[in-house]
Amino acid sequence: MALINVKTKEVQIKIVYYGPGRGGKTTNLEYINKKYREQIKTEMVSLKTQDDRTLFFDFLPFDVGQIKGFDVTIQLYTVPGQVKYNATRKLVLRGVDGIVFVADVQKEQRKNNIESLNQLYENLETYNLDLFKMPFVMQYNKIDLKNSGIPILPSNIMQKDLNTALRAPAFEATALRGGNVIPTLKKIISMTLTSIQGQL
Amino acid sequence: MFNQSQLDDIDNAIVTNLIEAGLNNVIFMDMAGNTIAKHDNGKNNLDSTAFAALAAGNFAAVDAMAKLVGESEFSLLFHKGKKLSIHFSKADDETLLISMFNKEISLGLVRLKVADTIKEINTILANG
Ligand SMILES: Nc1nc2c(ncn2[C@@H]2O[C@H](COP(=O)(O)OP(=O)(O)O)[C@@H](O)[C@H]2O)c(=O)[nH]1
Ligand SMILES: [Mg+2]
Repeated sequence: MALINVKTKEVQIKIVYYGPGRGGKTTNLEYINKKYREQIKTEMVSLKTQDDRTLFFDFLPFDVGQIKGFDVTIQLYTVPGQVKYNATRKLVLRGVDGIVFVADVQKEQRKNNIESLNQLYENLETYNLDLFKMPFVMQYNKIDLKNSGIPILPSNIMQKDLNTALRAPAFEATALRGGNVIPTLKKIISMTLTSIQGQL
Repeated sequence: MFNQSQLDDIDNAIVTNLIEAGLNNVIFMDMAGNTIAKHDNGKNNLDSTAFAALAAGNFAAVDAMAKLVGESEFSLLFHKGKKLSIHFSKADDETLLISMFNKEISLGLVRLKVADTIKEINTILANG
């Protein structure tokens, strides 16, 4: 739940990047951190293992200016993608306002994408949240890999696998080069702001 | 959501019980890592946004560990440093009070003052 402080006139919103391990969640945040350096007051916090995998979360707070007289801060988080870390993934989802699902378009990741999305649905249920009723954006990442001859799934298959029922806005992306990282971010921010407008 | 007078009363409870007792920094926050109120003695500049995110994660992890070993919660969460120590306390199911203090203040005093503050905050929240 977004935190709205009527005294300090601040709104804090939590957006979580979720998805299978190695899909590109951390890469999305790293690009945003580089691109919007001057709007970001603090260093990006990354709790990672020795081999550079996300252990708990990455965290990046981000000012988006004023809405109806409130200063709005977006707090971006990623979850650890590795299967064994579901307990920590669940903790990061606490109080989430909007979600970006970063799927990996590599053919061999097909099953992992589907399992991760199903687990997201279940994890949200433990907080009485319904994925179908939340601000939610899909990202199909690493489409550049087709140029290196690596088998990838076309977007219509990704849509069929992951987005048939949800019908969420979806973006093809190359997070490593920043491709569609910002449009994905802008979309989830605008959906999340719309969802809390009534509370302001 | 907290109304203006609740936020005023919470600020007041934190300042009179904790900051005036000599604590360095106090953050009242929700379990999602959002800051509700923050106060300091004016002598340091903490990155409280990142701090709150990490504190929420830390508290949530310890809380989940407690459940795994069959404890309903570990009531005292305390990190002791050479100069500065940090005390975590649950205010209610949704909120946390985090206090930072230096070595001139005893943990006993902090626990007492934190308990008083939490009692006041809970009254403030109950009287919505
Ligand atoms: N080719 C390619 N690799 C990417 C892209 N995005 C991320 N990667 C790589 O995929 C790996 C995992 O990325 P990371 O952001 O750590 O994934 P996370 O586990 O979801 O946080 C890293 O080696 C990235 O450099 C992309 O758009 N294209
Ligand atoms: Mg990561």
